[in-house]
Amino acid sequence: MIYADNASTTKMSITAINAMLPYFDNIYGNPSSLYAFGQEAKEALEDCRARVAACLNCEPREITFTSGGSEADNQAIISAARFGAKKGKKHIISTAFEHHAVLHTLKALEKEGFEITLLDVHTTGLVTPEQVRDAIRDDTCLVTIMFANNEIGTVEPIKEIAEVCREKKVVFHTDAVQAVGHVKVDVQEQNIDMLSISAHKFHGPKGVGVLYAKKGIPLTSVINGGAQERGKRAGTENIAGIAGMTAALEEACKNIDENAAKTIPLRDRLIAGLDKIPYGELNGTLEKRLPGNVNFCFEGIEGESLLLLLDDKGVCASSGSACTSGSLDPSHVLLAIGRPHEVAHGSLRLTINEEFTEKDIDYIIEAVTDVVTYLRNMSPFWRDLVNGARPHVFAK
Amino acid sequence: MALYSEKVMDHFRNPRNVGVIENADGVGEVGNPVCGDIMKIYLKIDNDVVTDVKFETFGCGSAIASSSMATELIKGKPVSEVLQLTNKAVVEALDGLPAHKLHCSVLAEEAIKKALKDYYDKNGIEYDRSLFPDCDGCEHCCGQ
Repeated sequence: MIYADNASTTKMSITAINAMLPYFDNIYGNPSSLYAFGQEAKEALEDCRARVAACLNCEPREITFTSGGSEADNQAIISAARFGAKKGKKHIISTAFEHHAVLHTLKALEKEGFEITLLDVHTTGLVTPEQVRDAIRDDTCLVTIMFANNEIGTVEPIKEIAEVCREKKVVFHTDAVQAVGHVKVDVQEQNIDMLSISAHKFHGPKGVGVLYAKKGIPLTSVINGGAQERGKRAGTENIAGIAGMTAALEEACKNIDENAAKTIPLRDRLIAGLDKIPYGELNGTLEKRLPGNVNFCFEGIEGESLLLLLDDKGVCASSGSACTSGSLDPSHVLLAIGRPHEVAHGSLRLTINEEFTEKDIDYIIEAVTDVVTYLRNMSPFWRDLVNGARPHVFAK
Repeated sequence: MALYSEKVMDHFRNPRNVGVIENADGVGEVGNPVCGDIMKIYLKIDNDVVTDVKFETFGCGSAIASSSMATELIKGKPVSEVLQLTNKAVVEALDGLPAHKLHCSVLAEEAIKKALKDYYDKNGIEYDRSLFPDCDGCEHCCGQ
């Protein structure tokens, strides 16, 4: 099997697994307990907080552990919105291709009376600092723009966007779930006020994440109960998960350049190979792109049947077609970069990592080429495109 | 549990009757590219019997499997019987489809009916118009 869906989730690293094990049996105490056995767990928790903070270049008290990226996104946005509303500011800026954890939270706030501006991401999948500057108003309380897109892997000019926000005194949050551990993230150097992380995207465990919030930004609790995480996130801490995440984060950050140097040539080999398939096109710019992300649209075929046949050939991938998204419309990300419905249904995302070989890449290229050709041969839509009854979307 | 039954996967992996019939007696196409599925059915009819049938489908796994199964169900059958084909029969023959995929079986039924209607129209044969829903609006599809 070739697992080419690493943007969906990753295999845990041995380092992360080993870091978790002591907290299942030896050090299983509750960090809130007074006795030494509980305090041992508390120490481990605070040690992890300091190490995560070091990876992001912030202070330990600016780190809140959550159940994952979605919770961190929810809490960041709700906190900034409540903070803004107290000062009469109820305008939020974001982009059209954010993760649903952001978009659906914004939708809920819109129902409460907040005004939301979603910036265009162009055909490149990039938003510019100038767009953000133009959109900021006197009543803007938050700008939330993802660090890197989960489907097409485009990496936004976060430092420059955040600089505009800092200058305009607007809180800046970034959903960095796809970026952390894969591209350099430094909250001080990049002027970031709030940031969301999910452990299982960088070989850590599922069900654990981080919300970084710069001191001075008050957090609103979204999980109410006990006084854990300085009263901002109730619930007994997932120590094993936090320990696994911390180890995985340190490992990923330490090897970030080395991993990128291995992955980028493989990614580009895959892109070059798939680009030979006629009437297909890469989604999102090649220049500003995560090291492991490849995303194509192919005319005349539908994504779900493509994935099922690739699965038969041992390749795990994903698609933004309606049939795989569980809704009637294809991926909002592909629509946001201007792909028409009919080609958005024929999309394929392959997300690789440093462990791939050229042989794996060549196998994927051959498998995708074969399956696309096979499906096109039974597609009346493709027949119409070939004989000119319908216009092609792509030039070649 | 897998998304699809073994029957669906079998008809998806090894679709029966894929292709085109040149000079077909009836052709029916339903769906559109915006919605992500198009089915096209070709019928050869001799003495009121469907002697051959072929299909082409652009769509998901269940759309391809539904087309394949539907062609199997009508091949060699008299036209009067083919007219009775329902999407339910296609679903049952496939050992079920997930709820959000049922529209694929509806498309298969509609494509076959549209091909029959084409056959009647081409040959000037009188028929009960109420048996043929107007598919042009494609109500199962996404908003365009």
